[in-house]
Amino acid sequence: MESRRKLLIVIAALLAVLIVTPFANSYVIVLVTHALIFAILAMSLDILLGFAGLPSLGQAAYLGMGAYLTAILATRFQFGLDWTFGLVVVLGILIGAATAALFGLFAVHAGGVYFLMITLALGMCVWGLAYRWNSLTGGDNGIVLPTRPEFGIQLADDVTYFFVVFGFFVAALALLTVLVRSPFGRSLVGIRENEPRMRILGYHTWLHKYLAFIIAGGFGGLAGVLWAHAHGLVSPEDVVLATSVDALLMVVLGGPGTLVGGAVGAGIVVFLREYLSTLVPWWQYVLGGVYVLTILYLPGGLMSVPERIRGWRARWENGVRVKFPRHTS
Amino acid sequence: MNGGRPALELRGLSKSFGGLDAVRDVDLKIFPGDRKAIIGPNGAGKTTLFNLISGVLPATSGQVLLFGRDVTRWPSHRRTALGMARTFQITSLFPKLTVLDNVLLAIGGLRRTKFVMWRFLSSYRDPHEKARRLLESAGYWERRDVEVRQLSHGEQRQIEIVLALASDPKILLLDEPAAGLASGESREMAAFLKRLDPDLAILLIEHDMDVVFDVVDRISVLHFGRMVEDGATSEIRSSAKVQEIYLGTG
Ligand SMILES: Nc1ncnc2c1ncn2[C@@H]1O[C@H](COP(=O)(O)OP(=O)(O)OP(=O)(O)O)[C@@H](O)[C@H]1O
Ligand SMILES: [Mg+2]
Repeated sequence: MESRRKLLIVIAALLAVLIVTPFANSYVIVLVTHALIFAILAMSLDILLGFAGLPSLGQAAYLGMGAYLTAILATRFQFGLDWTFGLVVVLGILIGAATAALFGLFAVHAGGVYFLMITLALGMCVWGLAYRWNSLTGGDNGIVLPTRPEFGIQLADDVTYFFVVFGFFVAALALLTVLVRSPFGRSLVGIRENEPRMRILGYHTWLHKYLAFIIAGGFGGLAGVLWAHAHGLVSPEDVVLATSVDALLMVVLGGPGTLVGGAVGAGIVVFLREYLSTLVPWWQYVLGGVYVLTILYLPGGLMSVPERIRGWRARWENGVRVKFPRHTS
Repeated sequence: MNGGRPALELRGLSKSFGGLDAVRDVDLKIFPGDRKAIIGPNGAGKTTLFNLISGVLPATSGQVLLFGRDVTRWPSHRRTALGMARTFQITSLFPKLTVLDNVLLAIGGLRRTKFVMWRFLSSYRDPHEKARRLLESAGYWERRDVEVRQLSHGEQRQIEIVLALASDPKILLLDEPAAGLASGESREMAAFLKRLDPDLAILLIEHDMDVVFDVVDRISVLHFGRMVEDGATSEIRSSAKVQEIYLGTG
């Protein structure tokens, strides 16, 4: 019952976004598109952080791989600007997954803070490549994409592109929702809660974490492909540490281990950043403050708010009963 | 003793932590259906011995054989797949998950479906049937949706055993299952253990001698990592050497 209600709420929210966004002003349409792309990245990170308990600080690396691949194919080979866009999506997922498969060999056997440090370092490697490998990546200037793909439909139109990104987002959400409730997804939760016990129960825990790492990389790659065409420019800016930290902030803010929380967090962070940056020069500190306050006072993120309110209400009602026993009985 | 191949065999098994020899040159054979206790004072090396058998720690020297196969260098999960299960002296469950989810994880450990990502776990009937059977026999089916951390210590000790049984082991290692239980609870625990499949081999570490005498028929005594005595419960009960060890003069 409870889960059916949650499903209905999510579907209602998705429909609202789908219906309202096209009527918003063009700036908002672009922002919603960006938020949806980052929502995919945040959900991919949530698989690691929220479900498997692996705090990755390098998720931007996979987004970067997908984005650079898209940009390089488009500018050098004019590939992916027609129906071949579909192939680029597949290749972007594969390159994200392949990069994760390589990085995972170093990162996955480490636990806790070491995992954090290694993913951070590997993320920096990708940034270093993007920045230094001038001939391929355009260095600091990055790569400007020619146009968006066109295959019967014109993705150059922001509303059309929004619909496409929305479709990918819903697909990612659906796939990941099944994944986290599958036997494999439940094994990740077991590993998060008590890895030594999982080993004794017969799970090859390293392999489970490694597979989760690769899957998260694949979804990161997908986000990268979409990002390249959304932004029209791919630069080292996209793979800096700050992007990985943003993804982490989205998950923590929304609620780790909830999937949807990452998407909510992505929406809030994208909009907050856009509006704050036009209002105040020190907007980054505001985001940092939000981050710290969430960790300190709302460890379950925004998704845990309804449950907390229920808890408060129950306690308050009990409190009333204790204080005025004669009135209630 | 049964003839045939031992379920578990240890040959000259040793473990040292730096300068400390926690387990020294232990030999042991357990046959299917055997019920044996390992006793010894605190720090004798009993838990370390279990860690070597289950692959939690690597042995310094010697061999561990499960059903005739040398598993000394195998990781834990592969040993479990051969039919070994264990519990922990310090309760090791999934405290934030429900009783049912704990058991489902335990049941899934040896199933190939554990890698399935495209289907809800709840859509599999088999594991649920099995979880139901296990939880009913242990008396927890009604409370399957309670988070494990909300159970009492004694109840958690029982769930600990249920998880170990979920993989249908042929040899079960129990590390002080009655630790911290009230005497009524440990009597129940002993009765529960006696009801288990008679073909299941059990190796039991326990300080509560009532439970030991109730459940097993043979006892090995570990002292400073060495197996110093081995015999039927009655022999061990009257052994002068064991008295010495427990009085601290040995
Ligand atoms: N991982 C470890 N690193 C270093 N020393 C250890 C380790 N594990 C156990 N020891 C030491 O090895 C010795 C044997 O410990 P062990 O836990 O096996 O004893 P035990 O017989 O289970 O005791 P108890 O009855 O108290 O549970 C102890 O001196 C202990 O301090
Ligand atoms: Mg011990």
